[in-house]
This record gives sequence, C-alpha cells and structure tokens, in this order.
Amino acid sequence: MNRLYGPLDDVAGDAGHVEHPPRVGFFTDTSVCIGCKACEVACKEWNAVPEDGLDLLGMSFDNTGMLGADSWRHVAFVEQARVTGRQDPGFAGLPTGPSGIPETAGAVEARLEAAPRGGSELGTEPLPPGRPEPQALGMPGFDRPGDLTGAEGRTDFRWLMASDVCKHCTHAGCLDVCPTGALFRTEFGTVVVQQDICNGCGYCVSGCPYGVIDRRQHDGRANKCTLCYDRIGDGLEPACAKACPTDSIQFGELDELRERADRRLAQLHDLGVGEARLYGRDPDDGVGGDGAFFLLLDEPEVYGLPPDPHVPTRDAPAMWKRAGQAAAAFLLAGVAAFVAGGRR
Amino acid sequence: MTGPEPAELPSDAGGGAARSAEMFQGIRRRRGGRHGGRRGGGEPTVVPEAEFRSYYGRPVLKAPVWEWKIAAYLFCGGLAAGSSVVAAGADLTGRPALRRSSRLGSLGALLASLYFLVSDLGRPERFHHMLRVLKPTSPMSVGTWILSAFGAGAGAAAVDELVPRRWRRTWPARLLRRLARPLGLSAAATAPGVASYTAVLLSHTAVPGWNEVRDELPFVFVGSAAASGGGFGMLCAPVAEAGPARAFAAVGAAGEIVASRVMEHRLGLVGEVYREGHVARLWHASEALTAAGLAGTLLVAHRSRVGAAASGLALLAGSALQRFGVFEAGVASTKDPKYVVVPQRERLDARGSRP
Repeated sequence: MNRLYGPLDDVAGDAGHVEHPPRVGFFTDTSVCIGCKACEVACKEWNAVPEDGLDLLGMSFDNTGMLGADSWRHVAFVEQARVTGRQDPGFAGLPTGPSGIPETAGAVEARLEAAPRGGSELGTEPLPPGRPEPQALGMPGFDRPGDLTGAEGRTDFRWLMASDVCKHCTHAGCLDVCPTGALFRTEFGTVVVQQDICNGCGYCVSGCPYGVIDRRQHDGRANKCTLCYDRIGDGLEPACAKACPTDSIQFGELDELRERADRRLAQLHDLGVGEARLYGRDPDDGVGGDGAFFLLLDEPEVYGLPPDPHVPTRDAPAMWKRAGQAAAAFLLAGVAAFVAGGRR
Repeated sequence: MTGPEPAELPSDAGGGAARSAEMFQGIRRRRGGRHGGRRGGGEPTVVPEAEFRSYYGRPVLKAPVWEWKIAAYLFCGGLAAGSSVVAAGADLTGRPALRRSSRLGSLGALLASLYFLVSDLGRPERFHHMLRVLKPTSPMSVGTWILSAFGAGAGAAAVDELVPRRWRRTWPARLLRRLARPLGLSAAATAPGVASYTAVLLSHTAVPGWNEVRDELPFVFVGSAAASGGGFGMLCAPVAEAGPARAFAAVGAAGEIVASRVMEHRLGLVGEVYREGHVARLWHASEALTAAGLAGTLLVAHRSRVGAAASGLALLAGSALQRFGVFEAGVASTKDPKYVVVPQRERLDARGSRP
C-alpha cells in the first residue's frame, strides 16, 4: 500500500476521496524561465498574500530569497561562471573571465549568519538590517554580462532562473505531522492548510523536507501554496501558471505533465543540454514523487533545493519501535527500583 | 533525479572552476570559516571542511519556529513522567512523604508543561484543536492524547494530596482518596509514553540534528526523565524514604550518559552541531552535572540529607540542560545548508545517481 512511504498511485483516494478528479500539479521547466517574477506577483495578488518585507539582498536579482509563509512562489537567480556542459557556448578560443565579482555572492552571507533563523525567515519576513555602514559590493559600473558585443566582453557565463513552489508531495511531511487536521489532502491530490483549523503549532514547519511552509508572525498560522485550490475547483489554472509568459510553469494533470516533462528532457538532451534533469518527478524518490516537479539545469542544491529529501514518516515505525523499547526500559527501571527497595 | 549526466561537466573541485563556482553558487564552507577557519576556542577541527554547493549559502530548511519553551516542555514532561512513576511506587510501598512530594512535583511539572506547550502555539486560544483528531502519523497528535491520559491520572492523584484536612470527610474527598491509587497507577502506566514520545516528536522532522539521532534519542530522553524524576524525589523526600528514588535516578542518569555518548559518537557530519559552540557547552555542562549527580546519588545521598538534595538538584539541572542542548542542536542544524546538502549528496552518490 505504501501509505507512509514509496510510490502511491491514488493519493486522493488514499486520503479518503471516493469520486475525485485526477491528481494535478505543476511542471516547472526552468530552462525557459526568464526571471520575470510574474508568478510571484500573480500569486500574491490572487491569494492576497501579505508583504514579506522589502529587502535588497545584494546577491542577485532575487530579493525574495526563499519560499515562506508570505512567498508561495520564489524565483531563484543563479549566476554561474562555468562551461555549460555539452552545450557549445560559442566562445571557444575567445577570452573568458569571471562575469562578476565574488562580493555579490558574499554580500548576503554575513546577514544570513546574523539572522535569528539563519536566513530561513526569508519568504516570511525580511532579514534584520545589515551593517549600517555602506557595504562595497564592488560594482564599479553597470555593465551587464553580454552588454559588450566584442570578443573582449565575452564570458563563460550563464544565468539559471527557477520558480520554486510547494511540491505538494505524494507523502507530505507537513501533512503527516499536522496534529489538528488543518493540513489536508484535497480531491486534486494537493496539500492545503485550513486556516480556520490551524492553531500554529509549527510542527509542519519542521516536518517539511523542502523548507517551504512557515508560520506567519502576526497571524500565528502556517501558510503555503494552495495550488490555487479556489481556482482549480472552478476549472481555472493557478494564478502563477496563468501569468507565466513563457509557460515555464505548466499546470495540468500530473500524469500528463510527467509525460510532457520526459519529452522535454529528451529534447534538451538531443539538443546537447546534457545537464538537464528532472527533479521530483520520480515516484520512487523519498517523498513518493512531487505534485510540483521541475526541470533543472544544475544540481538541486544550487537552486536551494535538497538533493535527496525524504519524508520523515518513512522512519516512523522504526522510531516508535525504539521509543517503545526505551519506554519499556524506563518502566522496568521504575519497577525494579521499588521492588529492590522493598516495603516500609 | 532522472536525467543522465554528461561526463564532460567540469569538476567543481578543480582549480579555477571551483573558485568561480564558489563565487556564484555560494559554495559555503564551515560557518565562520571566513573569519579564521577555526571554532571552539582554537581547537583544530577534526572533520575536514565539507565541500558542497548551496544557494548563496542560504539554508535549505526552515529553522523551527519553536521557542525555548519547547525545550522547557521536554524537561517538564520528563520530570512529570519520572515523578509519577516514583509517586506510584511510593504509594504502593508505603512511603507517604515520597509519594506526596512526587505527586505534587508531577502535577507542577505537568502544569508547567501545559503552559509551555499552549503558549508556544501561534494561536494559543485554539489549543483544543489538537483534540479534534487522533492522527497516528503525527507524534504531536499521539503525544497530545498520551499527555491527556497521563494528565488526568497524575492530576487527580496530586489533587488528593492537596485536600485540606477539614474537607477530608466530605464524600468527594473520600471518593478521590479511593481513586487516587488507581489514578496514580494509570499515570505511572502512561508515564513511559510521556517520557519517550517527545524523542519521536523531535526525530519525526526534517531537522537533521533531530532526525539523524532517532535511534538513540528515546533512550537519552527516558534516561533524562528517570534521572529528573528520581532526583526530584531525592530533593524533596527524607533520605529514609528515598531509596527507590535514588535507584531510579541512578539508573536513569547512567542511561542518559551512555545513550548520549553513543549518540554523539555515531553521528557523522551533523554531529558537529552537538560538538560545537553553544550546544557543546550545554552538552558538556549537562553531562558533568548528571555525572556529579550520579556520583552523589551513589556515594552520599543515602546518608546525608544535604547530599541527597544536592545530588537531586544536579540531576535535575543536568536533565534540563540536556534537553536544551538537543533542542538547540536541531535548530543549529537547520541554519546551515551543509547539514542538509552534504549527507543527502553522499547518499545519492552512494546509490550511484551521479557519475
């Protein structure tokens, strides 16, 4: 049955939905993402997600930083000075050099380290203010990579942009640990928080292996992407997918999306983009496959995603067994102490 | 991961490629490494620097939203459980002073636990939503019901101790007196659940510092609960009655020390969060106090009232610091992407998912 771990064909059925529509999800093809952030904006508009704090992180065009209670879509910007795999960058024999300066990558690190939650508050609230004195980011000009057309301006450089979202896991850590039933599996196989039930215990925040769900500071309840439960119920696609101008975010039935993703992967490999890979597509992975999965152009951790996440529930039987052994030892020690002490 | 990997990808470990990769992908070395590369009072590090990539050094996981109150609850819950076992044993073996103090201690710790648990909620007024469901996949839900069952027995048994003399002859007081023993026993029967479920509560998360210690943590926690429950008995009851409390505390303290040691030695990379900085100080202080309490329990607590009280206090403090250490270690492990990325990457490589 794989009810705790492993592939599961009918997630909505497993959750008790008798007659239900097919499972839906997102396929986010990051190879065509242009980093416009329309998804972030559309999501906030439609779902009335509050402001997560205006902040300039200084590391890239990404000033959201992470998914959180107040950021249900997050566009990552990765700037890489590296050869793009099998893809011929067309710069062979031409001068190459770093396309930026190390300070941008280091700009945010000190603030992350100083933040109370290590920077994981991003997406929910801004980082505490950084050092008050002006920080030299080493940006002498406003030349962007690729601005210069001559050979002197050419670099081995690529930008990776990726719109991250709640994965709506087959085996969702947040859903499994929720003690109130606020988190539930919808008839579409997605995972949604019922705001009138959530009491803000915060267990889901630590249960999620992707660092997606978080608790809103002033509201006290957990929040995350609902996969626009209100829209898909009315036959509309989620706001982010609707707004995406390049169809990097594709919404649909999960089975069909998986086929489409496989075809896209094969196409990219044929085109020489050997580093393309699917993330979260495999029903055999640690969460039984994601409802929202991705095509990435580098290792997942480069985008801030865990390389091999698993749902903590996988080990629940083993953990309860150990706890049972410990509990027995505890009781035995208590009984033995009084038996040895005798009556008075 | 389904995409085949090209063999020609430049290695991230290679010279210039590594440097530029570090610049733009936030390859993050050990935290604080930029400011000297060593931590823990200048001790050279044993584990080599882990090379990994991350998104500008940003954490992968959300740090727990739980505050220190959850660590305080772990201690109080353990104390309530340990005390209720001592109270039931004292009740059955005719040790009234030990029974009374342990029942009251159990109730006090239980009330403190409830305060810590409810006030840590984002919406404390909705605490009763925990009672909507019983959900086996949620250790917090299971724990809520264990605690409810435990609380009824432990609470009633303690209230019996508090009935004023002039009400003793009223029928509710007499009924309560009759029920106190079975209810106290029911509390003792559920106490092992209260003492051990909190380990599953922590381990059943994505937090590396808690999830990776899932094999040993229940033993650390029940040891801690027994040490604190026995220690409380030694602190409050006369030496003549506290013999079983001493035995319980000694076994618990020894178990706590051994299980903690095993846990710390087995851990790989994530063991750093237990061995470094603030957590290491908590951990060492906890072990020192527990060891001192154990020594005192074995050597002086049976002949000196003061020695018994001091040993009990040391055991209580050791137990509390141990809970705070475990709690803080987990929080620290979420703040650095290293503890998520490196073990998962190693796992993938071991499975051969990358050339």
